[in-house]
Amino acid sequence: MAEAQKRIERPLSPHLQIYRWPLTMLLSILHRMSGVGAGLGTLLLTWWLIATVTGPEAYEQVQVCMGSILGRLILFGFSLSLIFHTLNGVRHLVWDVGRGFEIRNATLSGWLVVVLTFILTALAWTYGLRMWGGEL
Amino acid sequence: MSKNSEMRTPLSRVRGLGAAKEGTEHFWLQRLSAIALIPLIIWFVVSIASLAGADYAEARLFFASPVAAILMLLLLIVGFVHLKLGIQVIVEDYIHGEALKISLLILNTLICFGLGLACIFAVLKLSFGA
Repeated sequence: MAEAQKRIERPLSPHLQIYRWPLTMLLSILHRMSGVGAGLGTLLLTWWLIATVTGPEAYEQVQVCMGSILGRLILFGFSLSLIFHTLNGVRHLVWDVGRGFEIRNATLSGWLVVVLTFILTALAWTYGLRMWGGEL
Repeated sequence: MSKNSEMRTPLSRVRGLGAAKEGTEHFWLQRLSAIALIPLIIWFVVSIASLAGADYAEARLFFASPVAAILMLLLLIVGFVHLKLGIQVIVEDYIHGEALKISLLILNTLICFGLGLACIFAVLKLSFGA
């Protein structure tokens, strides 16, 4: 009786609460999300272009909004999405020609994209903030 | 069976597309636009960063350059085509109700076309008016 109740050690299916997303899986969904993010950024671009063509007052309004904390946060999200989506897009293009599918290489290229995204975003903002007048 | 038992017309067979009526255009155009966008996005990010904090006169001066205007127009055309295709795939993948799906697909096309045209108009006016 006691033996029958003893728990049999069976392999468990992936446990949803402790399941760690592989990097490739995370980047896959982030590719779509960053695509949407970059798409939303086109609203800013449209606003900026229309304001510039409208006149100095409208242009100044955009500059003030974009210069605020919230504005810069949104711009940061836009730039991060755009840079990540572009870099990870190159990864997808390499897959499209049939290369880099091995798990090891897919993970390695994934990390490369993550690292490059942060480096290039940081570089773009260092440059941009310097142009802005140095104030952070 | 006679030789003519084939139900498909010769034209249909030559096109080789079947009931879907389309082939790899969507896939191909998305890749083509992706490749074109790589250099354009690099140029765009650098240009926008260098325009950070620019006053009105400096911004106008940027668009006075024909090279900048042409690159911006290329980016807008290719970018909005790529965006439209991408959002379309997301809607088709995640939205299963037919009415909502078709409504969103229509909305996607109209918004991308509208925003794209507005941007292109602005760049042309900035460039020609410089």
